[in-house]
Amino acid sequence: MNILKFFVSVIFLIYCFSSDLKAKNLEIEITKNLRCLICQGQSVYDSDSEFANSLKILVEKKLNEGLDEKQIYAYLKNKYGDWILYDPGFSKNTYFLWLLPILMFIFGGAIILRKVILKKKKL
Amino acid sequence: MKTKIFPIFLIFTFSIIFFVFYKGLQNTNVYTPTLKSEIKIPNFDAKEFFSKDKINSDQIFIGSDYYLLNIWASWCVPCKEEHKYLMDLSKKENIKIIGQNYKDNFENAKNFLINLDNPYDLIFLDNDGTIAIEWGAYGVPETFLIQNNKIIKKIIGPLNEKLLFEIKELTQ
Repeated sequence: MNILKFFVSVIFLIYCFSSDLKAKNLEIEITKNLRCLICQGQSVYDSDSEFANSLKILVEKKLNEGLDEKQIYAYLKNKYGDWILYDPGFSKNTYFLWLLPILMFIFGGAIILRKVILKKKKL
Repeated sequence: MKTKIFPIFLIFTFSIIFFVFYKGLQNTNVYTPTLKSEIKIPNFDAKEFFSKDKINSDQIFIGSDYYLLNIWASWCVPCKEEHKYLMDLSKKENIKIIGQNYKDNFENAKNFLINLDNPYDLIFLDNDGTIAIEWGAYGVPETFLIQNNKIIKKIIGPLNEKLLFEIKELTQ
């Protein structure tokens, strides 16, 4: 009976720990995608500035309030602008940023294709 | 003809790239969040500085024409520099100065106010810095001019003569 109790408590502890870890992981994931505005070039997760530390607390608070990742990003974007996100969403300010690689890819592909076709014609 | 176009095109492209990057060198690479439009003030709960009573932001920003929210701390050197301008503004009747004490030690903050005088009509505490984020601030000092529960001007960094004049113009 004692062994059973022991196992149950161990499983319970592991469960508690893992769910806590899961929440912590999400918090880390979010703060890694946030740019610290004091020491620019570092993420909030990496930074130890006053601002970054407050932001870590705030993210934890918001997660506890039940907000999800996207809502937290939207909240911070509203306060500080797109710049705070390392991975900005698709909007009228960022469409050029997102579409440029695709355009370059298509453009480059077209040049290669033309060359190949021209070569074939010569043959 | 074809062989001539290519070098010209190459030189042209590289000179454009050079020009763009050269121009870019002079740009500041420090981003500061700007106020694009008048935004509503956030709603938050805080503790009053002296009494430690809980207050809501609705109770703070009511009754006066203009409010000046100033985020300060005793450890912040620029806050000392701008203090005289806040003292100047505190003499104005239609503007209430609200202090937000940011991540500070209570005794140090109290001494700061005793030594330099207290320009604030009300001070509340922001011990973990999360209320500053609600305002969209990221450091000290930062100052917000508020009219009808809307932020009409945001100042990052200490106040100076020019900004003092601007605030006085806006609150005529």
